[in-house]
Amino acid sequence: MTGLSVKDITYRYGAKTALDGVSFDIPQGAFCALLGPNGAGKSTLFSLLTRLFVAPVGQIDIAGHNLARDPRAALAKLGIVFQQPTLDLDLSVRQNLSYFAALHGLSGRDARMRIEAALDRLDMLPRAQEKARGLNGGHRRRAEIARALVHAPAVLLLDEPTVGLDAAARAAITEHVHHLAQDGTTILWATHLTDEVWPEDQLVVLHQAAILAQGAAADIAGEIPLHDRFLAMTATPA
Amino acid sequence: MSPYLISLRAIVGREALRFIHQRERFIAALVRPLVWLLVFAAGFRAALGLSIIPPYQTYIAYETYIVPGLCGMIMLFNGMQSSLSLVYDREMGSMKLLLTAPLPRWWLLFCKLAGATAISILQVYAFLAIAALYGIDMPPLGYITVLPALAVAGLMLGALGLLLSSFIKQLENFAGVMNFVIFPMFFLSSALYPLWKMAESSKLLHDICALNPFTHAVELIRFALYVQFNAAALGWTLLAAAVFVAAALWGYNPSRTGMSRRG
Repeated sequence: MTGLSVKDITYRYGAKTALDGVSFDIPQGAFCALLGPNGAGKSTLFSLLTRLFVAPVGQIDIAGHNLARDPRAALAKLGIVFQQPTLDLDLSVRQNLSYFAALHGLSGRDARMRIEAALDRLDMLPRAQEKARGLNGGHRRRAEIARALVHAPAVLLLDEPTVGLDAAARAAITEHVHHLAQDGTTILWATHLTDEVWPEDQLVVLHQAAILAQGAAADIAGEIPLHDRFLAMTATPA
Repeated sequence: MSPYLISLRAIVGREALRFIHQRERFIAALVRPLVWLLVFAAGFRAALGLSIIPPYQTYIAYETYIVPGLCGMIMLFNGMQSSLSLVYDREMGSMKLLLTAPLPRWWLLFCKLAGATAISILQVYAFLAIAALYGIDMPPLGYITVLPALAVAGLMLGALGLLLSSFIKQLENFAGVMNFVIFPMFFLSSALYPLWKMAESSKLLHDICALNPFTHAVELIRFALYVQFNAAALGWTLLAAAVFVAAALWGYNPSRTGMSRRG
């Protein structure tokens, strides 16, 4: 079954084409890295996947629900970690998760149990009562990932979630999210850092609004390290 | 409980929490009308002669006249404040969290509006309580009948704030809103002087005041405070609210680009 399906998405800001005929499918429970340099169109694609913008051309299906025809069912299946931090810094971690749970129609005992489980999954239970302002960058990100899992989404989107984190926190979060995929959640992880992509991951390389390559990361890299392959693919001709 | 009510409770609760965290905002919102009431009105009392106009049945002091206008002022500033916080939310990213919730966008924006209006109403009651302590009191029943009028006025001004927030791209542009929305709306209304007084000076200014939805919101509050119903004021305020809400929904429509333009 397909977790996330993107078909022929084109999007323009006035005369500038941000995405041009982008198509890819991610099977349920797969980890897909969306790799692209800055300005490749990753954030625009995320805005379309989360329906902050509506794509005039193309089709997006999230866990079998069409985003244009049935946006509420599709969004209910979607967990999102935005590139920008979106925690309310004056609220505790638990209050942040409760607010989010309520936006998804969850309250009372059910919401409390889900919040506990999500925090536990990201090893954030000991920090549940702390104000978000007091957390370091890595813990804030974990809180945001836990929040995105409260409603048990089928698909989790993460837009450059490791920006601004130190190497240890970056590695820990990358590993955590890979484990989520092993548990059955479909993951789309946007990044411009090749060391966050594991060889067995599905990889979509986006450059200048179009897909340059897609397939298993190890196959795309071939004989050379993925980092070198990526640089060679996205080098602008002189 | 339905997802609609759960989200309404959470969004209104969050607005209230945010308001409690910003105590200076509450004090500023209260001090502003009190300065007008206790200083400005005292100075102007002698300069402005007021005749008996509905809903008043006797001659009234100028302080009494401007109380409904100052209630409106609190709501006007609050509407703009909530617009500012929406622009801030958008810049900070928390607006994305709200807009990607699996509920209709109009409902999510209505919840925001309801939260802002509830806070406005609390502030107005705090102001009315202080005015009463100062000796400017209304018929006791008026404090109850004014509640629906405040709700309608608050929704209309909140909707105006929502509309502005959908078109203001950056926080820096907000000073312009103060100059081009708050001050003209407040001064070109019946908040500080009755419209007939304005007509004596300029027919054109009188007509502008009569078209200003804020005038009708103030009159709705004024009549309600004296346990009277002003159908025309209610009609105009509701009409303005409907127009502002429709325009704001169009502004927040996801098919309109411009929420964020980074690639």
